[in-house]
Amino acid sequence: MSMLSFETAKIGDSLPDLQLPAITRLQLALYCGGSGDHNPIHVDTDFARRAGMKDVFAHGMLSMGFMGRLVTSAVAQSRVTSFGVRFVAITWVGDTITVKGRVAGMDREERRLTLDLTCVNQREETTLTGQAVLSFI
Amino acid sequence: MIDRRHIGHEFPPFSSIIEAGRVRLFCQAIGETALIHVDARAARQAGYRNIVAPLTFPAAVAMDNPSPRRIIDLMEVDIAWILHGEEHYDCLRPICVGDEITTGLKIIDIYDKKDGALEFVLTELDMRNQFEERVCKIRRSLIVRRPRTAVPAEN
Repeated sequence: MSMLSFETAKIGDSLPDLQLPAITRLQLALYCGGSGDHNPIHVDTDFARRAGMKDVFAHGMLSMGFMGRLVTSAVAQSRVTSFGVRFVAITWVGDTITVKGRVAGMDREERRLTLDLTCVNQREETTLTGQAVLSFI
Repeated sequence: MIDRRHIGHEFPPFSSIIEAGRVRLFCQAIGETALIHVDARAARQAGYRNIVAPLTFPAAVAMDNPSPRRIIDLMEVDIAWILHGEEHYDCLRPICVGDEITTGLKIIDIYDKKDGALEFVLTELDMRNQFEERVCKIRRSLIVRRPRTAVPAEN
């Protein structure tokens, strides 16, 4: 199931894109429940508008969840030693996110790979950037 | 402005029991379908004690801090003005269903940019399991925007 192996990986190798369906209000409600993040700005349009937003928008952590899926579709979860992201732009309800990943670093002594990761929306805007470090010991 | 005296504040640790149903709902929300997150037998075959939580599930554990001990309560910040800046995990050990996770939460720094229009709160969460093993360390930045810096609605 693991597609990425330390032996064959090369810097610049891309992971297959993870293409998500458009984000729905139902998905945001499910993420509210599953994550325990009940900030109404993600599910209550009236509340979001009062806060100056055009509509509800996705939890940043939902996109990080998508990004994590790409990582663990490429390697066993136990290989991931660190995973970090920066939230760059808001993901609105209805947006279509694609997660991209590529091998950006390799440490032969420590047998580690670093992945550079991004989420982009249907307008090709980057919404999330991230990095994961994988250990192959 | 958020009172800078909160820098260094440590909240009382809080505990979470990791439930299969919550892991399942979390997976459903992010679209994760790998069997190790829903099926105990598949997880054990993969070498885990039990169903294993996905990579970003510690964010759900972090939400278990009960009110009024949450950061927004301490800082008296309106939840409508909070955005997430950064999130970083050191993944030390798996979190499995049935685990009892104890989370320590500390405010590392508070600073502002753009003459106080945006304030940044850096926090660190340290999670340990029932065997006193460290499972995850989270570094997180929250951004507090002020009403005058509301993100403009697009069209």
